[in-house]
Amino acid sequence: MATFDLELVSPEKLLLSRPVEMVIIPAAEGEMGVLPGQAPMIVALKGGVIRVQENGQVTERLFVMGGFAEITPGRVTVLADEATPVAQLSRATAATRVQEAEAAYAATTVETAPEEREAIMARLLAAREMSVAAEAA
Amino acid sequence: MANLKELRGRINSVKSTRKITQAMKMVAAAKLRRAQSQAEAARPYAERMARMLASLGAAVAGSPDAPKLLVGTGRNQTHLLVVVTGDRGLAGPFNTNVGRFARNRIRELEAEGKTVKVMTIGRKGAAYLKREFASRFVGEITFQGKRRVGFEEADEIAQRITAMLEHGEFDVCTLIYNQFRSVISQVPVGQQLIPAELPEAAPANATTAQALYEYEPDEATILAQLLPKNLAIQIYRAVLENSAGFFGSQMNAMDNATRNAGDMINKLTLTYNRTRQANITRELIEIISGAEAL
Repeated sequence: MATFDLELVSPEKLLLSRPVEMVIIPAAEGEMGVLPGQAPMIVALKGGVIRVQENGQVTERLFVMGGFAEITPGRVTVLADEATPVAQLSRATAATRVQEAEAAYAATTVETAPEEREAIMARLLAAREMSVAAEAA
Repeated sequence: MANLKELRGRINSVKSTRKITQAMKMVAAAKLRRAQSQAEAARPYAERMARMLASLGAAVAGSPDAPKLLVGTGRNQTHLLVVVTGDRGLAGPFNTNVGRFARNRIRELEAEGKTVKVMTIGRKGAAYLKREFASRFVGEITFQGKRRVGFEEADEIAQRITAMLEHGEFDVCTLIYNQFRSVISQVPVGQQLIPAELPEAAPANATTAQALYEYEPDEATILAQLLPKNLAIQIYRAVLENSAGFFGSQMNAMDNATRNAGDMINKLTLTYNRTRQANITRELIEIISGAEAL
């Protein structure tokens, strides 16, 4: 089957760089499956799990806290704010993240700027995704 | 001439100094390797980020509601200088070089009638600049006691700077740090962060590339998220280069110190042996002349 190059980088390291068949990325407006030859796009990511498929099977699952992806027909580059293989996620960290985010959300008032409220909401959703992924692992 | 006991004491003390500087050199070398690999690990992200920014920034920069992080406030009155130095000394001219660079920059700007604000990252820079410019300080950050600096710390600093920009506390932000050329050469540089200096994409293919990209959500939203990240990664890179440069400089300084201590020991040993021989000769003469007198 046709493949394309997938690169997954976080500020601290290059996590993945190899040809794959398909990748499913948690784009800001819904999950998105990318196959070779996809039209060029730049998308924002929300917190969620990136799934990599090779030989018709999911071979790699990584959790990202948000970021960006640049898609060209022959290459996908994911710039993740923070990326962890799902198997290494810990429930305890996920739980504290959710708690923190919930506390931040509870602290918002009518006066909070809408952008800020959105950022807090996004963080909360990402944290919940993280705990779901951690439970499943 | 000094007596023998005093000389012996000095030789021993220089010897132990040499042991210490030698150990510090080893430690710096090990830390340098780690800092360098961390800096290398951060490079791919920064490169990809620059590529994305180049294609996005050009599309939005012309519009009147372009984000402040990209185009600045449109004024050029208040300058914020972010000075990155090491937290510790004993690294040769490393900290002083950045300090002097920053001081000259501050004087230049003030001579032009600009308002200057200073933020330091690293303890040594704060100590150096406080003497003269304490009233311009708006923030001091140190990573002292941290084994390694992560991206989160850089992100926090970036958020602080962004908030200051939103409140209109400055117009232009410049990052001053030691650029890591090689282990033996670090050069202080000033890099303008806000308004952002966009990496230039080749103009011919830039237009074609832009036309091709689809954006989800839209350009402005993505750019609004990308710019603070870019700021954070620039600071992160400066901090990493700073720490790699610091250890490189420290390694050099300690190598020189070790060599100097070796030279000093040789000189002292020579004096010690001369003095010892002179003493023996004098004693012999005394004995012989005493025997002759009998």
